[in-house]
Amino acid sequence: MELLIASAIGVMTAGGLYLMLRLRTFPVILGMSLLTYAVNVFLFASGRLTVGAAPILSDAATTYTDPLPQALVLTAIVISFGMTAVVVMIGLGAFLGSDDDHVDDQPEAIDKTAEAGQ
Amino acid sequence: MSLLFIVALPFLGALLPGLMNSAGRTATAGVTFTVSLAAFIGLISNLPSVLAGEVVATRIDWMPSLGLNFTLMLDGLGFFFALLILGIGLLIIAYARTYLSRDDNMGEFYTYLLLFQGAMVGIVLSDNILLLLVFWELTSLSSFLLIGFWKHLPEGRQGARMALIVTGMGGLAMIAGMLILGQIVGSYDLSVILQNRDLIQADPLYVPALVLILLGCFTKSAQFPFHFWLPHAMAAPTPVSAYLHSATMVKAGLFLMARMWPVLSGTPEWLIIVTSAGLVTMVLGAVIALFKHDLKALLAFSTVSHLGLITMLLGTGTAFGAMAAMFHVLNHATFKAALFMSAGIIDHETHTRDIRRLGGLRHLMPVTFVIASLAALSMAGIPLLNGFLSKEMMLEEATHTVLFGTPWLVPGLATFGALFSAAYSFRLIGHVFLGPVRDAYPAKPHDPGAGMWLPPAILVVLVVVIGVAPFLAEPFVKLVTASVLGDAAVVPDAHFKIWHGLVPALYLSGVAVVGGLFMIAIFNPALRLWDATPRPEAKVIFDAIVEATARLAERLILPLHNGAFTRYAAVGAIVIFAAGFHAWSTGTVGAPTRAVQAASPVVIVGWAMLVAATVGMVLMHRNRLLSLILIGIVGLTVSVGFAFFSAPDLAMTQFTVEVVTIILLLLALNFLPNRTPVESTILRRVRDAGVAIAGGVATFTLAYYYLLREAVDTPISEFHLANSYKGGGGTNVVNVILVDFRGFDTYGEIIVLGIAALLIYALTETLLRGPVRARLLNRQPDQPRAGDVHPMMMVVLTRVLMPVVLLVGFYIFWRGHNQPGGGFIAGLVVSIGIVMQYMASGFAWTSARLKYPYHGVIGAGVLIAGLTGIGSWFVSKPFLTSDFTYVRLPPFEKFELATAALFDLGVFLAVVGAVMLSLESFSRLARSAHSPDSEHPMDIDPSRNDPPLAEAGSVREGL
Repeated sequence: MELLIASAIGVMTAGGLYLMLRLRTFPVILGMSLLTYAVNVFLFASGRLTVGAAPILSDAATTYTDPLPQALVLTAIVISFGMTAVVVMIGLGAFLGSDDDHVDDQPEAIDKTAEAGQ
Repeated sequence: MSLLFIVALPFLGALLPGLMNSAGRTATAGVTFTVSLAAFIGLISNLPSVLAGEVVATRIDWMPSLGLNFTLMLDGLGFFFALLILGIGLLIIAYARTYLSRDDNMGEFYTYLLLFQGAMVGIVLSDNILLLLVFWELTSLSSFLLIGFWKHLPEGRQGARMALIVTGMGGLAMIAGMLILGQIVGSYDLSVILQNRDLIQADPLYVPALVLILLGCFTKSAQFPFHFWLPHAMAAPTPVSAYLHSATMVKAGLFLMARMWPVLSGTPEWLIIVTSAGLVTMVLGAVIALFKHDLKALLAFSTVSHLGLITMLLGTGTAFGAMAAMFHVLNHATFKAALFMSAGIIDHETHTRDIRRLGGLRHLMPVTFVIASLAALSMAGIPLLNGFLSKEMMLEEATHTVLFGTPWLVPGLATFGALFSAAYSFRLIGHVFLGPVRDAYPAKPHDPGAGMWLPPAILVVLVVVIGVAPFLAEPFVKLVTASVLGDAAVVPDAHFKIWHGLVPALYLSGVAVVGGLFMIAIFNPALRLWDATPRPEAKVIFDAIVEATARLAERLILPLHNGAFTRYAAVGAIVIFAAGFHAWSTGTVGAPTRAVQAASPVVIVGWAMLVAATVGMVLMHRNRLLSLILIGIVGLTVSVGFAFFSAPDLAMTQFTVEVVTIILLLLALNFLPNRTPVESTILRRVRDAGVAIAGGVATFTLAYYYLLREAVDTPISEFHLANSYKGGGGTNVVNVILVDFRGFDTYGEIIVLGIAALLIYALTETLLRGPVRARLLNRQPDQPRAGDVHPMMMVVLTRVLMPVVLLVGFYIFWRGHNQPGGGFIAGLVVSIGIVMQYMASGFAWTSARLKYPYHGVIGAGVLIAGLTGIGSWFVSKPFLTSDFTYVRLPPFEKFELATAALFDLGVFLAVVGAVMLSLESFSRLARSAHSPDSEHPMDIDPSRNDPPLAEAGSVREGL
C-alpha cells in the first residue's frame, strides 16, 4: 500500500511539473493544482497510513491515526483554493488585457518595453 | 509625560490629517498643530528633571535576543534637539497652513510632516542604537516623501531620489558601523556604550566603525563630499526646507556626532576626518552660496557651510569646541529657519526666487525686510545678534586648533569661510531688499498675512534676545554641553559675552565682516570670474555614477531574469532536485521501522484511476475542458483516498473545495482559448519530461522512505489526542486542533484567505475599469450560447435544495467539534449552495436577494474570530484560550457550548465570504461580456406575460 501511495505522489508530482513547464497559463495552473494534490497527500501521508481509525475520540476505539497532519492539510487545502483563484485571476487578467496567454514574456514584448523605457 | 508618548504622538497623530482633509484646510492644520503641541507640552513637562541633571528613561524589551530594546532616554542633549524639532515644528505647521496652495493635498503633507517629526524625535530620544537606526531610516524615508511632495515637478522627484540615495547609503554604512560598535561593547544600549570610551578606542575595529558611522553622519548632514543632495532637495515646498534642511534632519548627523562624542572623539583619526571634512564643507559651501542666484539655493549652500562649521567644531575634540557647536546649532536653527521662511514669503508674494529679478523690496515688504535682515545679519556675525556669539566662539576655537601641523591652517580657512558667509548674508539683504524698486516683478509684492510672518518673527525675536542677553542662553547651552561631554570632559567655564576684550577672534571676526563688505563691492567682477571658472558639477557626477551602477545591474540581471517564467520553474525544480539528491547521497538511510501494509483491491483501483487520470491529463492537456474533467477525477480520487485513510474531515474539505475549484476554472475557461496550441519543440518537451520525471522519482523516493519510517521519535500528536477532550471539550481531534490548539494558525489562515479574495475582487475592479471592459463588451462568444439559459428544472431544484443545504451546513458546523465537520467544511457547503443559485437563477436575480456584501462577510468572520480570541484577555488568559461547558435544554440532548464554536463561526463566515467573493468577481467579468442577463429566474414562466423571445432580445438590447 505504501508503494502505491508513494508512486501516486510521484506520478502527480511528475505530471504537475511537466504541466507547469508548459507555455500557456491554463496548463500551468492545472499543473500547480496537481502539485498541490501531491504536496497535500505527501504531508498527510507523513502521519502514516491508517485504515479505519479516524481521529474521532470514542470509548470503543483503541487506536487513532495521527490528527496533526490532517489539521495542517485541511487548512492547506482551503488556502490552496484561494491561491489557485488568485493565480487564475492574474492569468485571466493578463489574457484579457493582451489577448495572449503565454506565461513567458514574449520577445516582442521585451523590445517594446525597452523602447518605451528609453 | 512618558517619553513613549512623546515619540508615539506624532506617529499616531499622522493618521489624523488625512482623515481631517475633508473637514477643510484649517481643521487639518489645526489637528496637526494640536498633536505637535501635545508632544511639545509632554516634552516640556520633563524639563524640571532635565534641569536637575537627571536622565529620564523608559524601557520596553522588544527583541532582547537581538539586543534590540525599545529604550528611550531624555538628557540635556536629547531635550535640546527634541525642543528644536517640536518647537520649530509648531511654527512650520502654522506657516505651512498659509504657504500651501489650494491645489496641494494638505492632509498628505501634514501626514508626512508628522511621520518625519516622530522619526526625528525618535532619533534624539533613543537609548538603543538599533532603535536609533530604525528611526534614522524612517527620517530618510519620510524626508523622501516630503522633498518629493510636489510630484508633478521633475526637480522635486529627482531631488527626493538623490536625497534618499545619498542618505540611504549613508544609513546603510552607519548600520554596519553601529553593529561593530555594539559588538565591541557587547551591548546596543547607548548608555552602556557611552561608558566604554577606552574599550572602544583601543579596539582594532575602532577606525572602521568610526568611518562607517561618520559616513552616516556626513551624508545626513550634507558634509563634503556628500553635500550636493541638500541644494537639490530645495525643490521641496519651503516649509519642508525650513524644517528639514535648516533645523532638524540635517542636524541629525550633528546630533549623532555629538551623541557619540564621548566615545569616538579625541583620537587623531577623529580630529583629521571630522575637522577637515567640516572645514572643507564650510569654505566650499560659503563660496558657492555667494554666487547662487536662487534665494533658496543660496540658503541651502549657506546651510551646508554652517553645518560644516559645526562639524569642524565637534571635530576639534575639545570641550570648548563642543560647547560652541551646541550653541551654534541653536543659533543656526533660529536664524536659518527664519531665513528659509522669509525666502518662502518672498517666493509666495513675488512668484520668483531669483535674486537678479528682485531688489528694492524694503519699501514693498517692510515686515519681511526686518525679519530677513535681522536673521541675515545674525548669519553674517554682526554683534548684538546670536550668530555673532557662536561665530566668535568658533573663531576662538579655530585659533587653538592645529591640523596637519600647520597652526594657521584652521584659523585661516575658518576666517575665509566666515568672510564669504558675511558676504552672502550681505548680498541677501543688499540684492533683495535694498536698491531701487523695480518696475516689473512677476507679481506685485506685499507683506503676507500674519500667519506667514509670525512664525519667522518669533524666531527672530529669539535671535535678538540671545544676541543681546547671551547670559540667558548660557545655562541651557552648558546643560546641553554637559550631556554631550558625559564623563569624558568637564564643561568649560567660559562665559557667553558680547565683549571679550581684544582677543584674536575679534580681529578675525572684523576681517570677515570687512572682507564680506568688500566682496559685495566687487561682486560683479567676481561673479564674471566665477562663471568663467570651470568646476565639476556634482549632479552630473552623481547621475553618471547612478547610471553606471544601473547599467551594471542590468547587465547582471537581465540575462538571468529574462521574463521566461517556465525557465525559472525548470531551474528551480532542478536546483531543489540537486540539493535533495546531494542530501540523499551523503546522508545515511536507516532501516524501515514500519511494516508494509497489504494493499486491498479498493486501493489498487483507486491508484489506477488516479494514475490514469494524471497521465491522461498530461497527454491530453491541449484539450482544456477534457483536462479539467480529468483533474476533477484526480481531486475526487484524492478525497476518496482521504476518507479511506481515516481522514473524514479532509475528505469532506477536499470534496467541497473540488467543486468550487472546478466552477472557478470553468468560469475562467469561458474566456480563455479552448485548446492549447502546440508550440514547444520536441527537444523542449523531452527536456521538460526529464525534469518532471526526475522530480517525480525524487518525491516518490522521499514519500516511500517516510511512509516506512518514523519521522520523529515521539510525535506531538499524542498530546493532542490526549488533551482534545479534556482541554478542548471536543472529540473530533482535527477540529479541536484547528479551532483550539492551533487557533492562532487558523486565524492567520482565514485572514490570508480573505486577503486572497479581496485581491481577486480588486483585480476584477481594475480590469473592469480599464480598457479590458470595452474589449469584454465587444467580445463574441466562441461557443454557441444555450437557448435555455436558466433551465426551469434546475431553478426549481436548486431553490428546493437551498434550505436543505443550509440545514446540512448548520448541522456540519455544529457537530464539527465532535464529529467530522466544522467551520471550514460548513462554509464550503453553504458556498456551494449559494453558487447553485447563481448558476441556476442568474447573477442579477441572486445578487438582488443578497443582503450582505461578501467583503462584509469576510470582515465579520475575521472580526468574530479575533474578538473571540481577545475575549480571553478579559479573564487574564492568553489570546484565543478557549473554554467550554455542557448545557441541557429539554427536549434536546445534552450539548456542548464552547468559545471555540464562536471562533469556528468566524472561520465559517470568512470561508463563505472568501469563496463567494472570488467566484462572484469572476462572474462579474463574465456578466459584462454578455448581454445583461434577465432579472427573472426562469426563461419561461407561465405566470408572466413575456413577449416572444426574439423580440425580448431586441428589447433588452434597447435597454
